[in-house]
Amino acid sequence: MSHLVILPLLLPLLAGIVLLLLRGSATELHRLINLAATLGLVAVAVILLMQAGEGQVQVYRLGNWSAPFGIVLAVDRLAAFMVLVTALLATGVLLHGVRHDSYFHVLFQMQLFGLNGAFLTGDLFNLFVFFEVLLIASYGLLLLGGGRNRTRAGLHYVVLNLIGSILFLFAVGTLYGVLGTLNMADMAVRLAELPESELGVVRTAGFLLFAVFALKAALAPLHLWLPGAYGHTSAPVAAIFAIMTKVGAYAILRVYSLLFGPDSGPAAGLLDPWLVPLALLTVAAGTLGMLASRRLSEQAAYLVVVSAGTLLTAFGLGGTDAIAAGIYYLAHTTFAAAALFLLADVVSRARGEYADRLVTGPDLPRGQLLAGLFLLIAIAVSGLPPLSGFIGKWLILQSSIGNPWMIWVLAVLLLTSLLGVMGLARSGSQLFFDTDGWAEAGPATRLSDLAAPLVLALLGIALVVYAGSLYEFSRAAATQLVQPTAYVEAVLQAADAGRVR
Amino acid sequence: MEALIAIVIGTLTACGVYLSLRGRTFPVVLGLTLLSYGVNLFLFVMGRLTIGQPPIIRDGASYADPLPQALVLTAIVISFGMTAFVVILSLRARAELGNDHVDGKEPGR
Repeated sequence: MSHLVILPLLLPLLAGIVLLLLRGSATELHRLINLAATLGLVAVAVILLMQAGEGQVQVYRLGNWSAPFGIVLAVDRLAAFMVLVTALLATGVLLHGVRHDSYFHVLFQMQLFGLNGAFLTGDLFNLFVFFEVLLIASYGLLLLGGGRNRTRAGLHYVVLNLIGSILFLFAVGTLYGVLGTLNMADMAVRLAELPESELGVVRTAGFLLFAVFALKAALAPLHLWLPGAYGHTSAPVAAIFAIMTKVGAYAILRVYSLLFGPDSGPAAGLLDPWLVPLALLTVAAGTLGMLASRRLSEQAAYLVVVSAGTLLTAFGLGGTDAIAAGIYYLAHTTFAAAALFLLADVVSRARGEYADRLVTGPDLPRGQLLAGLFLLIAIAVSGLPPLSGFIGKWLILQSSIGNPWMIWVLAVLLLTSLLGVMGLARSGSQLFFDTDGWAEAGPATRLSDLAAPLVLALLGIALVVYAGSLYEFSRAAATQLVQPTAYVEAVLQAADAGRVR
Repeated sequence: MEALIAIVIGTLTACGVYLSLRGRTFPVVLGLTLLSYGVNLFLFVMGRLTIGQPPIIRDGASYADPLPQALVLTAIVISFGMTAFVVILSLRARAELGNDHVDGKEPGR
């Protein structure tokens, strides 16, 4: 049992506590500590990923309690990959040159703590606890800075997520009442032998859990909170929130592949009739919202909805190919969405009082540079060749061939991609070309301001350069998910090893 | 006993759902509180109702499931903290938006 597994939790937690103790001191120091801890997290995540890449599921028993009784952390390929994506995203976001409140850094590390916990945990109640950790950090981050719109959007976000947490507890309670365990591997074993009489209760709990995860993942019709919350918060916060909808998608993938997967007894295939149509509806709704947006950050928020829908389409199609395509698309869309939020902030500051509203504005100093970067990110986001969005969408479309949903998936994804290109082209030409020479611009953009969106865009380009090996990896990760026996055995064998001691 | 507990949880939850659908922040906060009471009770009884039994497994003897108590403690702490947070947030929304409607504006205006 290697202690490396718990490091992605301890590192942000300790860094957060240290930052909290340093509350009164200079913010530059906070920023350095925050960045150092995040870079440390990247290193840990890379090592974890390399270990997980060998194909074994590493299990960490907290307090050395054996598995169904104690809490376990389990690292398979997908979990390690999610931790790495989060750490890389966090590094990119921290490069963004904004003066932050000292609380920003504390909450940022706590957010990473919650995210990593949610990715690594093998226990359903523990998943709830880490959801709460990441949510309460996100409430603080979202509201940081204040302002009318932010407070209003924040109130909706907080109340909805509280209701989501309560539903989560109802679902957990119901499942525990029937199965008598909360360890996900153990639950999978017991679900396989579920008596017919309990099936209705388990299905109800399964759908309750789905509603909770769908709320987090912004699946239609539960996506309406997202544009307000993401569009009105500060840019670095919106950028780190790019991973938050993916937590919901990850939870859907993890829980439903383990508990309600194709081979899991009488409750198998619970979501099959629901996930793809709802995901396609999300894509369509997000695209319409994106076309109607009046600000660039609002548009970016609707693009997050679109990407959540596309991702869940892939996961809903099921099978190794589609899930692998989804995992590739997940990394791409996280980086691309974050880059767009950060660039929207840079553009907004350069435009002075016009902010990022899509109206005729001033000629921008260094406008060509900004426009070039916008073009790069917009190509990635909208899924045009040669960038990562194209590969991701291509893989998803390819995996849908032969599926009963094929026609719908092709029609909706291709049409919305076209509309997405049109929407982003309109914003770009409005912001950078339809300018009025007399209007007053804001302060000139410093080159250092472009670092954060550029780094995230480069991460996206790296996804293209290493697409081959990355796709092989995501296929291997998807295989692990489609055949969860290895995961279940690893967790429960760790239990046996614990008993021998 | 089971029926009584079920009715209590159901009533709490129904009141919570109704109140959290209201338009003002104060009933919404009350609704969330009732919902969390309901779910805490639900978690508490999810290991079945047993009276007068030790929370330890002995040979053959029946026992009370100790896990729900640990879980409900966590859930109580979290929901208490969240309720405190949402109270402060709604006070701040009242101050910044000038009214206590959840959408930040009076309906019909």
